[in-house]
Parts: sequence; structure tokens; C-alpha cells
Amino acid sequence: MPQELAYLKESASQTAGPYVHIGLAPGAAGFDIYRQELGHDITGRNAKGERIRVEGRVIDGMGAPIKDVLLEVWQANAEGHYAHPEGGGDVEDGFRGWGRVISDFETGEWSFETVKPGTTKGRNVGTQAPHLNFWIVARGINIGLNTRMYFGDEAQANTADPVLNLIEWKHRRATLIAERSETDGLPTYRFDIQLQGENETVFFDV
Amino acid sequence: MTQPGEFYQRDRSIQPPAFTPDYKTSVARSPRYSMISLQNSVSEITGPRFGHNDIDAGDNDLLTNYAKAGESPIGERIILHGRVLDENARPIPYTLVEIWQANAGGRYRHKKDTYLAPIDPNFGGCGRTLTDENGYFFFRTVKPGAYPWRNMVNNWRPAHIHVSVFGSGFVQRLITQCYFEGDPLIPICPIVQTIPDPDAVEQLTAKLDLNATVPLDSIAYKFDIVLRGRRSTLFENRLEGN
Repeated sequence: MPQELAYLKESASQTAGPYVHIGLAPGAAGFDIYRQELGHDITGRNAKGERIRVEGRVIDGMGAPIKDVLLEVWQANAEGHYAHPEGGGDVEDGFRGWGRVISDFETGEWSFETVKPGTTKGRNVGTQAPHLNFWIVARGINIGLNTRMYFGDEAQANTADPVLNLIEWKHRRATLIAERSETDGLPTYRFDIQLQGENETVFFDV
Repeated sequence: MTQPGEFYQRDRSIQPPAFTPDYKTSVARSPRYSMISLQNSVSEITGPRFGHNDIDAGDNDLLTNYAKAGESPIGERIILHGRVLDENARPIPYTLVEIWQANAGGRYRHKKDTYLAPIDPNFGGCGRTLTDENGYFFFRTVKPGAYPWRNMVNNWRPAHIHVSVFGSGFVQRLITQCYFEGDPLIPICPIVQTIPDPDAVEQLTAKLDLNATVPLDSIAYKFDIVLRGRRSTLFENRLEGN
């Protein structure tokens, strides 16, 4: 018998269930318990760059918005640095780059405010177009779904983006690009995520 | 200094697939196209970090964090403890662990939960903590009750605690559930059954740990969580650093 490899196995994922709010957003479950809920402030006060709003819905295979979804966003600052030792550089005091958002129980709409990220390093060489990383959990989602949102007004950078270019079916790239409009003077990007169907959003095995 | 590299590929054979029709809610919520495989970039190998400013001492004590002064939740008092490790068997220090659960009667404190079992006025049902330098964490709580749910006509969830963990890179992000040794509902639960590998189910089943009990106070269960491992940068030629 050859030697055993001594690696452990990743714990299996299980659905976050319909009551994920109790653990990760108890205020939304109907009770306040902590001094502060985490994930409400993505940028802190000192973040440079353009302030934006991102909004959308997560839509199931029957075309209905999911009303109990929780999303987390992970992003670089306006200079393209993540708040992490390997994040590419320093970030502003208070900039975390991570946010947690839940959908409205009646409409399924979610939204958050942040700053538009800069370009970031590609895997080996080159740059990635500005993007937000998303992780999506809900009842019925057995393992969190990873996707990215790109910005509709960054056409040139998007054309050169190594990840978008990996998607062989060019028409599917559009599922990751949010169009820009304006709400109350704030630039707003709309990002509806489709779990199934003709316009199924591209999800990544990362 | 060793620069941590990308993460090992996720072993999908131990992870539940998206489409699991016996868990009915997955039917309309499971993507049908293949995922696009990415090699890790800075977006994947980095992730949010948390510190003691984010949480308070006592956030990990569900016996007291919602109870009125001098009162306690009803139920079997337990300690849930363990370590967060990676696939290289290394502890993951200072990472955020968040839990949520039903009370001893099987009822969640959530405005959408309408199960017959009563709300416990002294039990919120959530807690959070940071692992210590050795990746160790613990919670005090009550053992949650089993409860019925609408999937098949008569399905019951085994007693379970939901667990959310971060790690050091965003792609280690994991939500799972902790089950309890000896529960006859585990093998017949459609949500447990979404996991294809029986060993992976065992890995989610906390073992009774008599050595960690507090005599005449709380019984203990041990629950280790494993997140994905990562390579060190290859050109550093230090494979033992993996």
C-alpha cells in the first residue's frame, strides 16, 4: 500500500436555509442582538472614488424573485487594491471592501452603496476590468454561488478582461454586465441575477 | 515571507450538486449551465478580515446573549467547540464563525417561522466568535430541537446548527450545518442527502465530547470545520510550506 496523503477534505456545504437572517442579519429577522451587524459599511468614510449604488434581484427558474436571498460582495477600492495583505496595496482607513445585503421580503429587491472599484491584477499578467465579486446563498441553494458584476460604462476594459473573455459563448458575457443609470443623482447599476433559463447568469467554479 | 498562492480545486464529489430534486426548493434555484472554471486571481485569494472591534465578548454565549438577567433558555445546555482548519490540516486563526439555530422546541426566532412550538423568551438563536491563534472556537447554547418542514408531506429536519465561516480568501467562504451524533433523522433528511458522500456527512456530525463537558452544567460536542487549502507560491520551492 502506498502512503496515505495527509490532506483533509473541505467540509460539505449545506443550504443557508430560509432563516439565514437570524445568524447573519438578525435585525432583518426581527430582533436586535448585537452592538453592530456586520457588512453594512463596505467602504468606510475615507474611501476615494466614485460613489455608486448597485441594485437588483435574484430570479429563480420560474421567473420569480427570490425573497429570502443573502448576498455578499467583495471588491477592491478605487485604486484596485483589496483590503488584504495580498490585496495589491494599501487601502483607505476603514475601507473593508466587503458587504452583506439581503433582499426585501416582499419584493426580492436588494441594493447597496459603495465606490466603484478600480482595475485589479490578473492571474499572472495583465489587468482585470473593474468588477464586484458576489457570493449568493439562500434556501434551495446547496452551495454558495460565485459570480462577478462588471460595469456597463467600462466597455473598453470589459473587452480586454481575461475572465469575461474566458466565456466562450459571447452572448452570455452580457449576463455579468450591469448597465448604468441614475437614481436621485447617484450613479446606479442594475444587476439582476438569473439562476436558470435562457439568460442564466454565468457562475464560476473558483 | 511566503506569499500564499491560489486555493486547491474544490472537490465537487463531496459537495452537494445544485440540482437535488428530493430537496424540492433546489429545483427552481439551481443553475443548469456548467460553471466557468477560473484560475484564482487576486479577487479570489483575498477576502475580508475581522477583528475584535467587530464583535463583543459574550456574542458566543447563546445562553446569555438574549436572556433576561438571571434567566436562561430552556433546553439541554451544550458547548459546541472545535477548530477551523484548512485542507493542509493547519488551523485558521482569527476567522469569523457565525451560528444560528432553532430553540430547544425546534422554533426559530424569525418573523417568517410559524411552527407550533413556542418561542423561548430567553433565546435569540444566534452567536458569533473569532477563532483564536490556534483556530479554536467555542459556543455555549442549547441543543436545538428537530422540526417539521414542507418538502415531502412529512419531513423532519434533524437537530442542527447553521455555521458560517470565512477563512482567508473569498473562495473559502462556506455555510454548512452541524448535526449531532446519534440522531436518527440524519440519514433520512433530504437536505443532508444532497451530500453525495457518506463520509462528508459524518464530517458534519458533531461527536459527543465528554472530556469537554462542564460537570453538572453543560454537555459538549466537538465540531471541526475544514476550509479549502492553498498552495504556497510555486517558485519559492518550499513545498513543505504548503
